Amino acid sequence: MNLYDLIFYLFAAVTLLSAAVVVSSKNIIYSAFSLVLTFFGVAGLYILLGADFIGVVQILVYVGGIMILLLFGVMLTNKITSVDIRTGTVNVLPSAIAIGVFMGLVTSIMIWTKWVSLPTETPLTTTNELGKLLITEYVLIFELLAILLLVALIGAASIARRDKE
Amino acid sequence: MINVGLNHFLIVSGILFSLGLYAVVTRKNAVMVLMGIELILNAANINFIAFSKFGNLGLTGQVTALFVIVLAAAEAAIALAIVLNIYKTFNNVNVDEIDHLKD
Repeated sequence: MNLYDLIFYLFAAVTLLSAAVVVSSKNIIYSAFSLVLTFFGVAGLYILLGADFIGVVQILVYVGGIMILLLFGVMLTNKITSVDIRTGTVNVLPSAIAIGVFMGLVTSIMIWTKWVSLPTETPLTTTNELGKLLITEYVLIFELLAILLLVALIGAASIARRDKE
Repeated sequence: MINVGLNHFLIVSGILFSLGLYAVVTRKNAVMVLMGIELILNAANINFIAFSKFGNLGLTGQVTALFVIVLAAAEAAIALAIVLNIYKTFNNVNVDEIDHLKD
């Protein structure tokens, strides 16, 4: 057990424990802030897998962007001053059983499958290669995603600001 | 089994996926359902990057993960705009009570 394994277990524990808090906490604000911790843990896992650029993008986009959006969503749709910042749950027992079975199934598949593993030496920094791939092999998807993002943001703004006549 | 390999990352991702699914299925608040979806997308991303490293596939998996992050951002923006509109119309965002398209 070397340092790499130790760091992996640390990040995995952070990720899974905070994700458990996200799904089990009654207070939606606690859930939102545990989600920040989950995203940090996942970013650590990405960097352990040699994906440094993706890890940094994860922190920038998720923690900096999506979390702020989610917190805005929480604050704008709950009456914080009155009562209902707590969120209810439905069908807890049947879904807990079903998803427990599903989790056991997936985990045992992951454990018992003989994965053919050919670990590659990922380059020390991947940003350069990723940039080259994005403007050569994946340029069509890249441009389409740019258009999609523009359309999505314009659509989101126009949906959110629509006034009632 | 103590040395970290492909299995370990896949197990973490499987558990994360299940937790996200649990949030989507059981929570009433629409924003919580969105958080569950974000957990599921992160689990998928871990799989992409793990297979990209251990499967000798170059950087293809990482590029795909990047695209997933972009789609997640777009999805979050649109979904929250819709949630805000639902809140303006119905005065709550509980997904089990909203079962018609207009009031």
